[in-house]
Amino acid sequence: MLLDLFREFAILAFVAFGGATALLPEMHRVVVEQHHWLDNTTFTHLYAIAQAAPGPNVLVVTLIGWQIAGLAGAAVATLAMCLPMSVLIYLLIDRWQGFAGRRWQQAISLGVAPLAVGLVFSGATLIAQAAAFGPAAWALVVLAGGLSLRTHWHPLWLIAGGALCGASGWV
Amino acid sequence: MENHQNAAAGSGSRPRPDLRALFFGFSSVGLSGFGGVLPFARRMLVEDKGWLSAEEFNTQLGLCQFLPGPNVINLAVVVGKRYGGLAGACVAPLGLLLGPFLIVLLLALAYDTWGELPRVQGLLRGIAAVGVGLLFAMAWRMATALKDKFLFLPFTALTVIAIAGLRWPLPWVMLAGLLAAGSLAYRRLGRRRD
Repeated sequence: MLLDLFREFAILAFVAFGGATALLPEMHRVVVEQHHWLDNTTFTHLYAIAQAAPGPNVLVVTLIGWQIAGLAGAAVATLAMCLPMSVLIYLLIDRWQGFAGRRWQQAISLGVAPLAVGLVFSGATLIAQAAAFGPAAWALVVLAGGLSLRTHWHPLWLIAGGALCGASGWV
Repeated sequence: MENHQNAAAGSGSRPRPDLRALFFGFSSVGLSGFGGVLPFARRMLVEDKGWLSAEEFNTQLGLCQFLPGPNVINLAVVVGKRYGGLAGACVAPLGLLLGPFLIVLLLALAYDTWGELPRVQGLLRGIAAVGVGLLFAMAWRMATALKDKFLFLPFTALTVIAIAGLRWPLPWVMLAGLLAAGSLAYRRLGRRRD
């Protein structure tokens, strides 16, 4: 189990272009649909907890690991997500900097960008599906998205507002 | 050794953090970063400590974003290596992750204890709804920042269909998408140069 967990998340780390947020759809596919480690509801709950916690977004994998295999699972999932790329970056960064501005490097960053947009969008739709949002929740989605685009409010206030609406049973 | 030369070449009067400073500097970033850590990393590295100049930050971040993996952790490895070699490259990401890791574990414990309560479930639903709204907003912002939209937005649509619709595995979708979108970008870059 722990080995499976490590393998799955280490593979994820290598395709995490656009950061951990872009990985949500794949995490859902692997953890919920493929291995049945978690159900839809738990997955959305863990996503919500990670949203409300400080620190890098990647820590949603810590929560997933915890739910699947306790403390060892949390440690293994986090390490699998962070360690392999860190080692690679440590070894390659000096050479990499020499490539800065090359045509193929620019081409990859240009090419990755539209894919990353698609991944973030997919993550949003999949979480909405997994949580089986009703009309009230969708209204909150639209409100939060609109406020985020139109104002410079800190996301933490929106999250606190969402928590309040949810705890009062409106969503 | 070469890292030290790099750092010296960057600027003469740049402060040189030791391992302790690296650990606590990145800890403060990890613990203050709600809803995205990068702005806090920038404030610490560029404005508060002066470990990187604004330009250096942009270049380094560009390189880290170009590579897969969590960007902020990649950035911590790069800055840690530069100022503390191998030890620094271990200490900086550790500092970034340790505090938030412990907090998340506490929250997980709380979820195990109270997660079944309807009020808690409602609260998490509310947060998830706001989170989804923030994700849509983020996707919108990223999409409007794309260059050559008419060329590249179709790749966004194809990604959504493959990932959210057909639920194909991400590694293959990324590989195929990167080959297709990357080679298109490569050709356009060439044409622009001529």
